[in-house]
Amino acid sequence: MAGAAIETKGLVKVFGENRAVDGVDLTVEPGTVFGLLGPNGAGKTTTIRMLATLLKIDGGSATVLGHDVTAEPDAVRGRVSMTGQYASVDEDLTGTENLVMLARLLGFDREGARARAAELLEAFGLSDAADRQIKNYSGGMRRRIDIAASIVIAPDLIFLDEPTTGLDPRSRNQVWNVVRALVADGTTVLLTTQYLDEADQLADRIAVIDHGRVIAEGTSSELKASVGAGALHVRVADPDQAAEAERMLTEALAVEVTRESDGISLSARADDPSRVAGALTELSGAGIEVTEFSLGQPSLDEVFLALTGHVAEGEDPEAGDLELEEVR
Amino acid sequence: MTATMPDPTDEAAGVLDDEKLKAALGNRTRPDRPGPVAASLTFGWRAMLKIKHVPEQLFDVTMFPIMFTLLFTYLFGGALAGSPSEYIQLLAPGILVQTVVFITMYAGMGLNNDIKKGVFDRFRSMPIWRPAPMVGLLLGDAVRFVLASIVVLVLSLIIGFRPEGGPLGVIAGIALTIVFAFSISWIWTLLGLVMRTPEAVLNTAMTVLFPVIFASNIFVDPDTMPGWLQSVVDLNPITHLTTAVRGLMGTGAETSDLIWVFASSAVLIAIFAPLTMRRYSRL
Ligand SMILES: Nc1ncnc2c1ncn2[C@@H]1O[C@H](COP(=O)(O)OP(=O)(O)O)[C@@H](O)[C@H]1O
Ligand SMILES: [Mg+2]
Repeated sequence: MAGAAIETKGLVKVFGENRAVDGVDLTVEPGTVFGLLGPNGAGKTTTIRMLATLLKIDGGSATVLGHDVTAEPDAVRGRVSMTGQYASVDEDLTGTENLVMLARLLGFDREGARARAAELLEAFGLSDAADRQIKNYSGGMRRRIDIAASIVIAPDLIFLDEPTTGLDPRSRNQVWNVVRALVADGTTVLLTTQYLDEADQLADRIAVIDHGRVIAEGTSSELKASVGAGALHVRVADPDQAAEAERMLTEALAVEVTRESDGISLSARADDPSRVAGALTELSGAGIEVTEFSLGQPSLDEVFLALTGHVAEGEDPEAGDLELEEVR
Repeated sequence: MTATMPDPTDEAAGVLDDEKLKAALGNRTRPDRPGPVAASLTFGWRAMLKIKHVPEQLFDVTMFPIMFTLLFTYLFGGALAGSPSEYIQLLAPGILVQTVVFITMYAGMGLNNDIKKGVFDRFRSMPIWRPAPMVGLLLGDAVRFVLASIVVLVLSLIIGFRPEGGPLGVIAGIALTIVFAFSISWIWTLLGLVMRTPEAVLNTAMTVLFPVIFASNIFVDPDTMPGWLQSVVDLNPITHLTTAVRGLMGTGAETSDLIWVFASSAVLIAIFAPLTMRRYSRL
């Protein structure tokens, strides 16, 4: 099969009056990670549920791994896995019991199911928690068992719905590692996220979705180029030096610098992080004391503002203001 | 675990092992898919595990019938039937019916809970026989039915129930009750698919079941009731089920009661099973 792993044309889902998904066109190449980025209520889950054959399509068409989702749901189910946004394993059962149950449902015999469950628990660092009920797992462990449950039979394509929302940075990193291992293994991944940096880290291509429509699509650098890399914020100690600092930053960054109303805070677009380091060195060389600085990656808010001219509604407060990891 | 740096978070319980992860992903075993029976039995096994992990859910199944049997027998037995030991002959089959019929709510609640929690999405996205998760829930119900029946029966025997129909009659009575119970279960599975929370399913089921259970001949002889209530009781399938179970456990059941029970079971299934399955496939 040479075609796209996922192809949708004018995909639509209507709940009553609400067009939750409103004409989505997507093309996902096999073996790549595709990120669906959008705020709460954008239609990410609804899109994924239609592609995973869980929700009837109201308009348009979708093929997954060459099979029409509506016409051949069973063929799709046999080759994809879905890790939902919420619990997708039984909280009353233990890790082992959940995986054994799923393995049995997929046709493993008793022995084979036990062996596969043990292998997965080991790989996901959950051996010690194997006999604990899922309801006693931490958020990160839960996410890992959710994903382990999705690869009892390694799928050709996996849907991950907000796999890291609400996780601490360390657990988030672990999930990222799993996604990278999946791709290295040749699995196509469609993941949804509210975090720009997550899409940036993992996805080969990103579609930004809002009110059920794709408002931008491209690689992460293409998207960033349309938004600007982010903003530098600097605060100087001495108000008398602010004007001098403003002039030096304007020169070093070659962009417009604005001075905030407090008279000591400066901010500027920072398209090129390497220039920022130089500019800060120049300031200290000139004896200007900087009390505070930060380099912010454009938040989802800024992306939305740039792409749609409105702020993302109902956005998760955690999603704002992400630090740019590489500069630190 | 080997000695590693102590870690402040509970994530220390384990770390991802990249090599093992690769190996686990590389393991491309693809066994043949199980048939409908094997898949349903696996879900039945899940229901057993849930009983094992959440034994509290057996409380209603065991404690309520015990309380009801003891309270009614000793409080009202004398007044209603002359003596507790006479009353238990009438009450035991009735309590059995009441207990099992109440337990039918569990499958609907379990279904609702699975949908709300998101587990159902995983099952539905798997290449398995579609009704299997629901059949598994019903198998769980079956275990509860049998367990509750045994509790009621043993307690009743202890306090003086002497079924003339013998073991076969008793088993026939229990079997008939369970057949009827499975037909009622479909009402609650439909509610489980439609309603928002398991509590809503529970409350609705209670609101329906309470009057139906009490407006029957389980506890008292309908002859003592006003005429209009007698006709209600007469139409109530629970009444015919109770009469039939008493008959089977005693000196024999009337064919008319058996027909009533089987006919109402058939009607319930004919209405609610297709509605449930239609709703289920559109989920
Ligand atoms: N089952 C449903 N019934 C009615 N409305 C729904 C349902 N599921 C989602 N919606 C609505 O559809 C829109 C998109 O939701 P969703 O796909 O969950 O967004 P996201 O996953 O991006 O947060 C929201 O307005 C949501 O309220
Ligand atoms: Mg969602």
